[in-house]
Amino acid sequence: MSVNVSMNVNGRAVCGEVEDRTLLVEFLRENLRLTGTHVGCDTSQCGACVVHVDGRSVKACTMLAVQAEGAEVTTIEGLAQDGKLHPMQEAFRENHGLQCGFCTPGMVMSALDLVERNPDPSSAEVREWLEGNLCRCTGYHNIVKSILAGASAMRGGS
Amino acid sequence: MAENGIGASVPRTEDHRFLTGTGSYTDDSNLPHQTYAAFVRSTHAHATVALDTSAAAAAPGVVAVLTGTDLAGDQVGSLICGWVVTGKDGEPHKAPPHPALAADTVRHVGDAMAIVVAESARAARDAAELVKVDYTPLPAVVSMRDALAEGAPQIHAEAPGNLCYDWEIGDRAATDEAFGRARHVARLDLVNNRLIPNAMEPRAAIGDYNPATGDYTLRLTSQNPHIHRLVLAAFVQIAPEHKLHVIAPDVGGGFGSKIFIYQEETAVLWAAGKIGRPVKWTADRSESFVADAHGRDHETHVELALDEGGRFLGLRVETRANMGAYLSTFASCVPSYLYGTLLQGQYTTEAIYCEVKAVFTNTTPVDALRGAGRPEATYLIERIVDQAAHDMGIDPAELRRRNFIPADAFPYPTKVALEYDSGNYGLALDRALELADYNGFAARRAESEAKGRLRGIGLSAYIEACGIAPSQVVGSLGAGVGLWESGGIRFNPTGNVLVYTGSHSHGQGHETTFAQLVSDYLGVPFENIEVVHGDTEKTPFGMGTYGSRSLAVGGSALVKAMDKIIAKGRKIAAFSLEASEEDIEFSGGDFKVAGTDRSMNIAEVAFSAYVPHNYPLDELEPGLEETGFYDPANFTFPAGTHVCEVEVDPETGTTEIVHWVAVDDFGNVINPMIVEGQVHGGVAHGVGQALLEGCAYDADGQLVTGSFMDYTMPRADDLPDLTVETTCTPCPHNPLGVKGCGEAGAIAAPAAVMNAITHALGTGAIDMPATPQAVWRALNQ
Ligand code: FES
Ligand code: FES
Repeated sequence: MSVNVSMNVNGRAVCGEVEDRTLLVEFLRENLRLTGTHVGCDTSQCGACVVHVDGRSVKACTMLAVQAEGAEVTTIEGLAQDGKLHPMQEAFRENHGLQCGFCTPGMVMSALDLVERNPDPSSAEVREWLEGNLCRCTGYHNIVKSILAGASAMRGGS
Repeated sequence: MAENGIGASVPRTEDHRFLTGTGSYTDDSNLPHQTYAAFVRSTHAHATVALDTSAAAAAPGVVAVLTGTDLAGDQVGSLICGWVVTGKDGEPHKAPPHPALAADTVRHVGDAMAIVVAESARAARDAAELVKVDYTPLPAVVSMRDALAEGAPQIHAEAPGNLCYDWEIGDRAATDEAFGRARHVARLDLVNNRLIPNAMEPRAAIGDYNPATGDYTLRLTSQNPHIHRLVLAAFVQIAPEHKLHVIAPDVGGGFGSKIFIYQEETAVLWAAGKIGRPVKWTADRSESFVADAHGRDHETHVELALDEGGRFLGLRVETRANMGAYLSTFASCVPSYLYGTLLQGQYTTEAIYCEVKAVFTNTTPVDALRGAGRPEATYLIERIVDQAAHDMGIDPAELRRRNFIPADAFPYPTKVALEYDSGNYGLALDRALELADYNGFAARRAESEAKGRLRGIGLSAYIEACGIAPSQVVGSLGAGVGLWESGGIRFNPTGNVLVYTGSHSHGQGHETTFAQLVSDYLGVPFENIEVVHGDTEKTPFGMGTYGSRSLAVGGSALVKAMDKIIAKGRKIAAFSLEASEEDIEFSGGDFKVAGTDRSMNIAEVAFSAYVPHNYPLDELEPGLEETGFYDPANFTFPAGTHVCEVEVDPETGTTEIVHWVAVDDFGNVINPMIVEGQVHGGVAHGVGQALLEGCAYDADGQLVTGSFMDYTMPRADDLPDLTVETTCTPCPHNPLGVKGCGEAGAIAAPAAVMNAITHALGTGAIDMPATPQAVWRALNQ
């Protein structure tokens, strides 16, 4: 069955006609062609698909598009402003928090929700928070470092 | 050191697109008029099958349902294994046919039988469910022991006894003699657990066919697009090489699993030709679990003979290696030439003998995975060394030191066919022990004991053969390809540079490292350099990325091309500056007439090369573009010592890694930040193998660990912060002095973890993965 959905994605009103079983991640990737949000699994384990829905991190593979009806959605494409990376993105770049880049959008979106809840997390808190995000490349060391640096920058530190 | 030159931790060029979600992975592309594919896969480990596709073909949105019978009818060739290993009996290994779609017999769960092509991914999946498969189950063999048993069910008529090969290396008589002299013999039975690669990006492929020209295009997740093209053209014979364009765009990790030529991309490309429209397939993670080649899976008996002073007299190794149901692209060389040849380790062991039986089973094919053969070799050496140290009451660090190949003994011919080129093993060990505060361990152990915890510290002094590989050597050992690499440098008239490499980056950061190299060497600003890779129509033929070869072999090819650029630039400068060629010096991007202030920047030389209004054309050819091919003289031999310290809770069996030190000798380093990142990732992979990851099949050949719910991947809180340092003995035989760093962590880590755990537990009777259950059992049995 086809249904209409509409939501705000990265500050833009969007709508589309989708099959009712369409996942949010499919709507973002296929209908809106926002392919920065990735799909790394089919069991809600990897976190490659994390976006923000109404300010909270959500696995976009675990939610139907229709469930985001009317929501404010932010994807990785919505972070940089006027060509300038968000401090968290910049921290990943400076600290080599990514290698192949596939897990990266989910890591960054997830990290932002952590910092929203806990502006000054410890390294152990970051590791614990990342429970739902898998990375096969980095061994997490530099992801943790990046998130700590990103959090510090967002607090206005250097 | 220049700001962006060799030795600088330059932030990566590629990161901007990955961080802004604007990378271009295979699944991110859609082609006009594209269709979508889903595969019908076997749910049985071994069966004969008959398919009824009528309901699927009639389902809404279905364009075509193609089976193994259709494939055979079109004379599409079998998938191949590119390295022929010769057994003890002088016979080549057994490489039974491996069709892209099984026509009448399936041999592992996940074996593809049909491809369903439809207008949408959902329609394709729905219709795949409608293909009726009539299975007549055949007895399945899952364990290697069962497969080799007398009267075992036969998986392939071409491989009697399910034996792919029975291979040996080393000197049996000398080893027997060494054991005869031994004062002590340490013995272990070890399992090197089967791993599932799980690059975070699932494999994907988009095949396209242009009926107007007869050209095929395949866009896919590949570590080596030219090898994909070569195999699909020359062996599978879908299209001749010049009519097949293979693109490997951004690739989300490989670790070996994206080297191979698989059923799916073959079927997708063939189907695109048949229906005359693009066909796209993206794996579900569940498919990745059953269809991506697995790694490791060895069972080994190892014995080490020592004299009274603890010197290693002989090493004897007997291994069974699982090949799975078919022989994958490079499967045969992994437990032979990438394994037996590394059994010298870092030691002067006087005699070595190793035999390997490669075995077919009704499981997913097994092939190279990060390290490929070398982690298996290091694991058994470093475990048996610790066992010997324990048996003889010698400190494990001291026992290693007593047996190290001395720093002044290089080049060092091993007893297993290689010649180590350089190294300083004692230096890395000493630094690692210092960073790990090895001497303070007893006090830390006492603290742990006071809390009711067990504490252990484990070493792994690993070695690997990288920079794969000298073509002459691998050719004499059965490789069907040469393992040189290509590099191209193209100056544009405005002075900026395109760098072409036949290697491929899927996380390693070539776009940055290679630009640093070229910037440093040619004096071109870093930001004026673009690195191009992953496209058979753009780059010269190249062998791709695996075996920590990109910089050692691919970077060296770029050096050859740059030397040609400088030679040509010298001619142009001599002409333009009215000097003789011998008087032109090149440094820092400038061609200077020696002893004068007359000079031309390389950008001006490039402009001149493209605007040759007054060139003497019989002497000077326009243009500034050169290609180099580099075939290494030897492998490179990265080596080092990792130290792992663990705390074990005896109540629950949980292991916590409390400290990790890695000291690695990678030769010269171009971007230390990237190198450290590679070590981190490798260590995590090795820790995953040691503590968490274990692929399990049930007796019927069903994959029990078929999702991230059942197969434990290392997560952030499974790992500590890592202390990583390097030592440097430059590689003497490549122009950069580099050795490679991508696999070291995965090679070193498992033995370090397990030696720490056995040290904590006081028993060596434990295999990987050392899950809480396994640890608890080892403590309580
Ligand atoms: S795609 Fe893996 S959690 Fe969403
Ligand atoms: S950077 Fe490759 S999976 Fe995280």
